[in-house]
Order: sequence, then C-alpha cells, then structure tokens
Amino acid sequence: MEIAYFLGCIMNNRYPGVEKSTKILFDKLGIDLKDMEGASCCPAPGVFGSFDEKTWASIAARNITIAEDMGMDIMTECNGCFGSLFECNHMLKENEAKKEEINEVLSDVDREFKGEVNVKHFAQVLRDDVGFEKLSSIVEKPLNLNVAAHYGCHFLKPTEDIGIEKSAEDPQILDDLIEITGAKSVPYEEKMLCCGAGGGLRSRDIDVTLSYTKTKLENMEAAGVDAIVNVCPFCHLQFDVGQTEVNKKYGTNFSIPVFHLAQLYGLAMGLGADELTLDSHLIDADPALSKVLEEYDKLAAE
Amino acid sequence: MTLLNDTEILTDEDIDKSFTQEFLDAGIDTVDHCFQCGTCGGGCPSGKRTPYKVRQLVRKCLLGLKEEVISDDSLWMCTTCYTCQERCPRSVKIVDIVKKARNIAARAGYMATAHRKTGSFVITTGHGVPINPATKELRKRVGLGELPPTTHAFPEALEEVQKICKKTGFDDLIGFDEKTGELKD
Repeated sequence: MEIAYFLGCIMNNRYPGVEKSTKILFDKLGIDLKDMEGASCCPAPGVFGSFDEKTWASIAARNITIAEDMGMDIMTECNGCFGSLFECNHMLKENEAKKEEINEVLSDVDREFKGEVNVKHFAQVLRDDVGFEKLSSIVEKPLNLNVAAHYGCHFLKPTEDIGIEKSAEDPQILDDLIEITGAKSVPYEEKMLCCGAGGGLRSRDIDVTLSYTKTKLENMEAAGVDAIVNVCPFCHLQFDVGQTEVNKKYGTNFSIPVFHLAQLYGLAMGLGADELTLDSHLIDADPALSKVLEEYDKLAAE
Repeated sequence: MTLLNDTEILTDEDIDKSFTQEFLDAGIDTVDHCFQCGTCGGGCPSGKRTPYKVRQLVRKCLLGLKEEVISDDSLWMCTTCYTCQERCPRSVKIVDIVKKARNIAARAGYMATAHRKTGSFVITTGHGVPINPATKELRKRVGLGELPPTTHAFPEALEEVQKICKKTGFDDLIGFDEKTGELKD
C-alpha cells in the first residue's frame, strides 16, 4: 500500500519526532509513505478559513492536486490539516459550482482539482487499513502507562461528513489505538473538550485559550494520568508549550508529559526519547519514560 | 438602573437583509432553520468563558444585524470545536455560519494583527508555522532532511501559493506588502 504523506506545519517544523516515528512505524507495517513534494500549509482553518473561504479552499485544493497527480489517497497526522483537506475535498466533490470557482484560481498555476482521492487521518488508517491485529504485532515493549486520550475537534467532527465515528460524544477509536500499546486510556471529566487553541483563538486571545487548557489539565491530573496522548500536533503544542503558559499564568505546577499517538507507538516499538525528539518538548517526558523502563527491568528480571 | 439606553435598542435601521442573503447565497440555508432552543449555547465551551453567545449570533445573522455581528470581538472566541453543530436538533451548520460571519468581518477590516501575520507567513514561506534553526537541527539529528519536502524545499511550489494568494486578493485582504515581504502596518 502506498499513501501520499501530508506533513503540514507544526509536526515537521516543530516536533519532527512525530514524523520520524511514523516513518519507522509504517515501514514495519509495510505501508509506503510517499512525499508530497511542494505541499504547503493545509492552510490553517482558523486564519484562512475564517478570513477568506476562497483562498482557503484554493490552497487546500492545490495540496490535494499534488496527491491526485501521484494517484494516491492522502494521510495527515494533524486534526487541523485533516479538517482543512477533508472539508475542502468533500466540498469540491459535492458542489460543482465551488469546484469550478476554485479550478478557475488553480488554472493560474496549471492545476486542476479532479476529485479523485480521499483524505484520511493517521488514526483512521491505523484502524481501518492496518487493523488492530496487525498493529498489535509491532508492539515490542508494552507500555504500563495510564494516559489521557485527547481527541481534539477536527478529527471526528462534523461526524455527519467525516464518518470515522457515528458520534463524537463518546468515541472509541483513539482509546482503542492507545490500548494496543499496552497503555490504559483513563476516563476523565470533559474528555471531549477542545484544547483551546483552535479557530485562531490561540493567536487572537491566549487567555481564553489557556482557560480551556487549564480545565483539561486539571481534569487529566485528577484522573492521575502519566501522560497525555493526542492525534494533532497543534493540540500537542498546546499541551506542551501551553502547559508551561498555564503554569506561568495561574501559578500552577502541571507537568504531564505529552505524546502524539505516533510517539506512543514509537515507545512501544522500543524507540528512544532521542529518536522521538522528546528531549525538545518543554514538558519533561522522563517521568513517563522512567515508569516504562522500570516495567521493562521488572519483566527482564522475572 | 436596568432600563436600556436608546443606543442599546435595536431598530429596523440596524437590519441589513443583504447580510442574511450572504449566508443563503453561500449555501448555508440552515441559518433559517434555527428555532432558538439554545442547545448550542448550552454545550459551548467558549460561552462558559467569554461573552460569546452562539445562539444569539445565529439569530443576529438571520435578522441581518450586520454591524452587531461583525464588530463584536466575541465572534472570534469560537474555537470551531463543533460541539454546537453536533448537538443541534435542527442540523444548523453553525460553524459554517461562524466562519462566514468572520469572512464578512475580515472584509470589513476586523482582523487581528496576529492572524494577519500568520497569513503573511504562508505567503512568504508556504507555512503558517515555518521551520526554525532548532528544528532544522532536530530533523538532521533524527535523519530526516534538514528541510521538509514542502514549499520550504521547493521554491517553485512557494511561487504557486503566492500566485494563488494574489489571484484571490488574500494579500490585499491582510495588507501584505510584496516589496518588504511584511504587513503594511
């Protein structure tokens, strides 16, 4: 299986360990990730989508045409990128007038949106194309962690269009994927609450954003988790950088390590913090890593 | 003092029906389906934290209260989390309404400088969050290319993004100065 790998911005330009881990994981799974050469920002739904739909759709459609030229479906590991690319693809496939309008823009760069590929989320590929059974086979070191699953917003919603889950009130996909690694997905209050960063809010009004993040962190901490696991580099950044900002603003002392699902799988495959670039996170991942290592030592001793 | 001032009372003069028409023309005809039950606001996390009232926003868009909507800072307090839209018993495309109202507000000049700046990064680099020296080092360390195979590595691809932004007028919308490569103010 081959798939066009859409990078986006925050993963490749801030947290490359997510990208690295994904490449190793997909290599083991026998899926060929193909570079989408010259792809750009998805573009960011909060700025482009909120400012000018036509620009937003034109840039998103340009990205999609790169995968159409490759003859492959697209996979992205970011909810924001997924939201933009899925929504644009869906809109232009359904609405002939919009498609014409956008293709008129794209004709200036010798491109045409045809509507030939699908846009998939990383977690969706793992569940639907790989399957839980095969996925279990790559786990070399089961993780004895209690984690808080953070779904984010644009991964599942609007459910009517996306269809990964029927409802986003009590979804399963991320919890299931987490538990394959041996980690336990722990329930916590307001689990489906947004991280607070989306819709352009983080850059527009950081105080409001941080009030969301603080609520999430309080609820996660109350559940006694060892780490937060997300499927979106922007949520990831919000829990990593944002956690230090919450501490500064509110005088709190949160220190919950943050892993993208790809990094969690990296740990389960036995990759080190170095390869997963966990050492570049602002929130120290060591407490979670030490717990994992202690378990290995215990198992080795038995 | 609980009486409203005259300036706080809305009259027919505040109504601009062409504003409502913009939503209908954009295919968001569900704006007209809202029966003001308030399910949206009840689940809205920004409604808990800020003056943002999503039920009221939908009503104002339907009534044509253009200035009320686009000049209100709280329009930008929505994170587009979709909780309202998922729960709406009338299947109103609430997030589409929010984004359309923001598009109209942006055209009227209600744009945050930080947002315009993010827009300018995409014009100059192709990325809303461009690479930095520290990440280049990290990428090299883990055996990924120093630059990702995106517009960062393909100048001709960046030119395409720039052409698109010019064609749709996005550069003018955010006040981007091509000569300096920065925002005009």
